[in-house]
Amino acid sequence: MSSTPESEVKITLMVNGRRHARTVEARMLLSDFLRHELGLTGTHVGCEHGVCGACTVQFDGQPARSCLTFAVQAQGHAITTVESLSPAPGQLSVLQEAFRECHALQCGYCTPGILMTMQAYLAAHPDPSEAEVREALSGNLCRCTGYQHIVDAVLLAAKNLREGAKA
Amino acid sequence: MSTRYFGKPVKRNEDARLLTGKALFVDDVELSGMLHAAFLRSPYAHARILSIDSAAAKEREGVIAIYTAEDLGAYWQPGPLLVPPPPVPGIVFNQRCQVPLAKGVVRHVGEPVVLVIAESRYIAEDAVNDIVIDWDPLPVAADLEFSAGANAPRVHEDVPGNVAAHAHQSKGDYAKAAPGAHKIIKRRFTYDHGCSQPMETRGVVAQWDAKADKLTIWDTTQAPVVIRNGMAAMLGLSERQVRVIAPFIGGGFGPKIMMFYPEEVLIPWAAIQLDAPVKWIEDRAEHFVATTHERGQIHDAELAVDKDGRIIGVKDVFLHDTGAYDPYGLTVPINSQCTLLGPYLVPHYDSTFTAVFTNKTLVTPYRGAGRQHGVFVMERLLDIAARELGLTPAEIRRRNFIPPEDFPHNHKIIYQDFTELTYDSGNYGPILDNVLATIGYEHFLKEEQPRLRAEGKCVGIAVVCYVEGTGIGPYEGAKVQVQASGKVSVVTGIGTQGQGHFTSFAQIVADACGVDVTNVEIVTGDTDQFYWGAGTFASRGAVVAGNAIGQAAGIVRKKILATAAEHFECAETDLEIEDGRVFLNGVPDHSITLGELANKANPMRGAVAPGTEPGLEATSYFGPPMGATASGAHAMIIEVDPETMMLEIKRYAVAHDCGVVINPLIVAGQVQGGVAQGIGNAFYENLVYNEEGQLLNASLADYLLPTSMDVPRMEMTHTETPSPLNPMGIKGVGEAGAIPVGPLFAQAIEDALQLPLRNVELLEIPLSPSRVWELSQGGA
Repeated sequence: MSSTPESEVKITLMVNGRRHARTVEARMLLSDFLRHELGLTGTHVGCEHGVCGACTVQFDGQPARSCLTFAVQAQGHAITTVESLSPAPGQLSVLQEAFRECHALQCGYCTPGILMTMQAYLAAHPDPSEAEVREALSGNLCRCTGYQHIVDAVLLAAKNLREGAKA
Repeated sequence: MSTRYFGKPVKRNEDARLLTGKALFVDDVELSGMLHAAFLRSPYAHARILSIDSAAAKEREGVIAIYTAEDLGAYWQPGPLLVPPPPVPGIVFNQRCQVPLAKGVVRHVGEPVVLVIAESRYIAEDAVNDIVIDWDPLPVAADLEFSAGANAPRVHEDVPGNVAAHAHQSKGDYAKAAPGAHKIIKRRFTYDHGCSQPMETRGVVAQWDAKADKLTIWDTTQAPVVIRNGMAAMLGLSERQVRVIAPFIGGGFGPKIMMFYPEEVLIPWAAIQLDAPVKWIEDRAEHFVATTHERGQIHDAELAVDKDGRIIGVKDVFLHDTGAYDPYGLTVPINSQCTLLGPYLVPHYDSTFTAVFTNKTLVTPYRGAGRQHGVFVMERLLDIAARELGLTPAEIRRRNFIPPEDFPHNHKIIYQDFTELTYDSGNYGPILDNVLATIGYEHFLKEEQPRLRAEGKCVGIAVVCYVEGTGIGPYEGAKVQVQASGKVSVVTGIGTQGQGHFTSFAQIVADACGVDVTNVEIVTGDTDQFYWGAGTFASRGAVVAGNAIGQAAGIVRKKILATAAEHFECAETDLEIEDGRVFLNGVPDHSITLGELANKANPMRGAVAPGTEPGLEATSYFGPPMGATASGAHAMIIEVDPETMMLEIKRYAVAHDCGVVINPLIVAGQVQGGVAQGIGNAFYENLVYNEEGQLLNASLADYLLPTSMDVPRMEMTHTETPSPLNPMGIKGVGEAGAIPVGPLFAQAIEDALQLPLRNVELLEIPLSPSRVWELSQGGA
């Protein structure tokens, strides 16, 4: 039997630490799977051609565009989304709190993708310069803020994370 | 009343929801049995539809319905005229509004032709591809100047010359005054303003509840109340049968207030026809052609000055590209015409524009809404005059400012709100002083620039000024209510697209009612919660809704004190409100909570006295007589690589006056975001059309938005000239940052490359590096 884009495929994957087994069409985008199959609507879709970065999730810990990934490609992999970031209900992570502190979001549509990108970035680069933060951020478009407050927030989060690690 | 919150950089109430992925956007609405819509859109800019064959699409498994214009029956009607032409004597206006689905002829690429409803969006898009249309391509009017010419094809067969509108406004007598001028500067300017590209595209979800006879619409609109009223009228329902919810909206910037988009009209209708919820979410490719643009104008303008550089008058004749239809009336070109005057004394003004139909996507306001175009013309004219008179750009501006004692200043022409263009207040000298001090203007010109030039560096500086009419009517309203929980609820009719209304409005109420700012709960954009309103546009949310909320909160405060005075059997003047409790002056231990007072005001027994109302609540409306005028100046230092023409912004300074500030953090964010959009506009955002009316760069990979690498850190100063038009003295700030960036770029690049020495002037926007290279080589 030849497979087509509409062929149904069984997949098993981890999302935010929870195992999901589903049957999906081969053509279903990971972004649609997360949003409409699992109801994780915190991941936003901005352009569906991989430019804006709003749909960024972490794929085995690495930032990835969920709009350029098929759900079937996540078979056997671990996905994390913005819903996983807060340490406990009603609490914000250090990075999320820094965004609030610095007014780093306006409409908030691009924010989940930026958080997933910069969370991974800060884990690998705990003490970045402003220029480095700007470069790391440059794959995520924001149309509201002009980026200055986002850069401030990432630098503040880096500082707070470093101090937290020392404490 | 304390001002614990008003004026302070309060962190936003809405952020926690947005940061954790819990905020509801339209595409997050999931309903049982929901169907999905996709549109077949015109691939041609102008064509006749000879036949539509949907047979194969209907056969596809999972397809529920397919609708063409003919299937809509009497529901097929051109959209309403959103803004009628202003009362300008002799004005010509040809109303040609968009239709829900094209019938017989298409007039721009992206115009919807067939609506497909299916069980999933994937199937709906497959079915769109199954449909075969026999097209008869027609000649295209794409380029603005060409479309205005005698030989252009007609966009609407019955509109000769493609004239959508023609308007002349004047003050003084330019023709009589100009011959006495020391110099007349005359140039042609072209300004293109691109499109807004919010990160969230448009979307509509509609649910028909047949048992309750009630329609609910989730819509990415900036004006839910107007959508509710219009949809009720179109569908033959009463307003109370229709609920429009504009939940969290992922950026608007103007185009999300184009009433009514075809999809907005069709999705609710289909939901009723099919008795099932229907969702349509625009994809980015659709957004480029189906969501409105702002695009361009061509100005032939002249400035008459005396020997000291003082303005005698301005004459301007311009063309405005309105696209294939003109439902938004003349807001954009009227704004251009009025905002051109800037912060300057202009004794004689003569301005004529022609709005031109073209076979392109509709033009409606996008952040700035035509103001950019006018500001570019005036600022560039002043730059050229300054050069010819041996003045600095800063000096010629200063010499022409309207003096602070000359307010209100009536320009005697009609503005977009149909009143005479009158600046309510302003003080422009200190703004210019601030921005020059921040950027170190004199020092740069006298010391830095000569030194850097000697090192071979192409460095330039620029300074520009602008005013912005903000906060226009007609009105907004709000209901403020103390809940039994002790929290204060605020509901208002405007929608919110990231402006921080959940916080700035809460600050107003928290101070009035004596509660913590986090204990004020704001609802915007739900017509079942608040019935009346106009919408979020023209930098008016904080001004108009903010003042309505302030009034209502003031009445609630009085009710709180009256109820508490009765409780304590004391005079109201003996009471204080703090932290959600009312107590006798100096006796904080003897207190009653606002929640308890709310319950007392809503008794289970006894009687509510005649002439009073239950509860601690108030509803108020606020409508300013005219817009409040904000103003500002931007300055910039750049370095240009003379080989690649790539520019680097070394310093960027903003000085602005938006009246009394509610939340400086939010204002800073608005200005920074506006400047970022201005940079995109000035530098490289350009909708490139070919002669066939095809948009050649319809993706975010080709239409470039500024990234974190492009937008510099901004240094900001505020001055505060309170508006006399509203009790809080506030002015709008939403659009300000975006307005003056174009002329700033042109002036700075000219200076950096010393282009005037080569007789090269930059008279157009955008100015991408490749375009600057062409122009610097003497290219046209």
